[in-house]
Amino acid sequence: MLVAVGSLALMGATLGTVLGVASRYLAVKSDPLEADLQALLPGSQCGQCGYVGCAPAAAALAKGEAPVTLCIPGGRAVAERLARRLGLEADLSGHEDAEPQYAVIDEKLCIGCLRCFQECTTDAIVGAAKQIHTVIADNCHGCAKCFQTCPTQAVSMHKIQINLADWHWQKPKLRSGLKTRRRH
Amino acid sequence: MKLFRIRGGVHPDYRKERTRENPIIALPMPRILCLPLKQHVGAAAKAVVTSGKRVKKGELLARASGAVSAPIHAPTSGYVVDIVDQTAPHPSGLPQKTIMLRSDGKDEWGELPAGIADPFTADPGEIDARVAAAGIVGLGGAAFPSAVKLGLRVGKTLDTLILNGAECEPYLTCDDRIMQEHAEEVVDGARIMAHALGLKRLIIAIETNKPQALDKIRAAAAPFAGVVVVGMPVRYPMGSERHLVKALTGLETPAGKLTADVGVVVHNVGTARAVHQAVRFGRPLISRVITVSGGALSEGRNIEVPLGTLVSDVVAFCGGFKNGTIPHRLISGGPMMGYPLPALDVPVIKGTGGILALTREEINEQTAGPCIRCGTCVTVCPCGLVPMEMAAFIRHDKLEAATKAGIRDCVSCGSCSYICPSHIPLVQYFNYAKGRLNALDRDQRKQERLRTLVEARMARIERQAQAKREAAARARVAKPPVVATNDAPAGDMKVSA
Repeated sequence: MLVAVGSLALMGATLGTVLGVASRYLAVKSDPLEADLQALLPGSQCGQCGYVGCAPAAAALAKGEAPVTLCIPGGRAVAERLARRLGLEADLSGHEDAEPQYAVIDEKLCIGCLRCFQECTTDAIVGAAKQIHTVIADNCHGCAKCFQTCPTQAVSMHKIQINLADWHWQKPKLRSGLKTRRRH
Repeated sequence: MKLFRIRGGVHPDYRKERTRENPIIALPMPRILCLPLKQHVGAAAKAVVTSGKRVKKGELLARASGAVSAPIHAPTSGYVVDIVDQTAPHPSGLPQKTIMLRSDGKDEWGELPAGIADPFTADPGEIDARVAAAGIVGLGGAAFPSAVKLGLRVGKTLDTLILNGAECEPYLTCDDRIMQEHAEEVVDGARIMAHALGLKRLIIAIETNKPQALDKIRAAAAPFAGVVVVGMPVRYPMGSERHLVKALTGLETPAGKLTADVGVVVHNVGTARAVHQAVRFGRPLISRVITVSGGALSEGRNIEVPLGTLVSDVVAFCGGFKNGTIPHRLISGGPMMGYPLPALDVPVIKGTGGILALTREEINEQTAGPCIRCGTCVTVCPCGLVPMEMAAFIRHDKLEAATKAGIRDCVSCGSCSYICPSHIPLVQYFNYAKGRLNALDRDQRKQERLRTLVEARMARIERQAQAKREAAARARVAKPPVVATNDAPAGDMKVSA
């Protein structure tokens, strides 16, 4: 009886010490929160948030240096998921999505230099050297890198128009008769 | 037949008296028809005609594209003026690709496929194909392609076909009139659909506020064994697919599933008539019966309208608006689940069940007050939800909480909005939330697609870099570095370089 209890207690103490030491000296430096946040971001490295890519943006989010609404192409959907992961009660009702855009190449001005093609992180631009390039609008996430790099200003950014399939009812507007109490 | 209880529901003022005794009359062929390429749930049809093409009545104008879609046929003979973006019969008022057809006044039929003489010995696949080729969609309002619904026999165990003649929406009487005037066609169409689905059991459900329709359908169904005609209690929303199934079979359709998952398929009576005409005579769906009513109209009528007829033509046929004034609200469908029309120059499409021009008194719009937690909306909700709680979540854009509270199970019947003593626009909140959730889903799918594109690009760049490194390594191994020496002739150097 004593032997059994004693040996188990000894094992527990030894292994516990080993685990404790290991957690101290073998700790992984990277923050798992950062990795989680990065997985929630679109991963297109577009830089619209002001950070170099999605990883630095995730790091800033984890440190609380950036707002959850930083990701422009991700819009409200990403903002909500980020807030949930960070455990924040983000009140997004006042947050308006930055209008999603897409790039269009003016064929009259395109000289087929391939510069925009190389910048595009989602391969939304189709083209070859000395051939007119074009944008697959569905794959464009509006980062405007091509817009900035084009030497002939052939690229223009356009707002995505709402079509019949994407339209939905707006939230009913509160009339003057209904007063809401704001709670924070 | 034993009926089961459904929960909730309301008893709105039905206001069907104005049109219920008016027989169906055919609208004189209008000069211009506007046929949107998408009049159904699913992918838009693809036009097979170009401007200037002469077409005969019943000729194909646009073919179905994709698994869930429906073709569109010419409702009369004439020529195609153009295919243009025109205001859709949709609350958004956004444009939609529309075929403009000018009638030549001859109304001359083109060549139609021969009818199937005995559909009850025909292969079910053949009937499906006929229904699909005729462009038939659910005429109860949802406009879901009927052939897809008939194809549900594959992979599901079905036992009952229910023909929905409940017509629980106020004002509407078009299904009532179809059942009274075309009872044989309706019963025949329903039996053809039951055969296509491989079902022996067919129930025709009609609310008891339509006694003449019940009598006519009973008489028409009497010779056939296995066809049961049931009078349903009058309550809104008895005509909702899920609630009709519950009331007749006691089976509850699980959240996010179809009624076919509990073995029941539901079709509308108008659809049954269209199937009868398509299978027996090869006629495509080119017209439908609509109810035109409302206090702002001079006359209420039930009219068989060629698809694509402009609402303004229909209104003119009913004597125009009273006193010539624009109505307070113009609605497509019923007052409970219909939607406002953006203009008068939009067409009647396959899913249009009625055109209502309502006065301010009929709408009785009131300013919303605060929720008094009376719980009436909870009592009337036929889906067992708590509307007041969901609306409170949605008001603060807590869509996730609203989803947990069951927003996806809401059928948007509007019973809660109708009954609310504080006039809170409850169902309007739910429609907003459902649209918003769908938009978020679409965004999410786009993000995922973009992520795979980015990953593919990264992989490609890595592969190219790797290939370059390998090629460089191979080049180093294959060719020892050339050491230029003074005694080598200059010409050799040029060749090797």
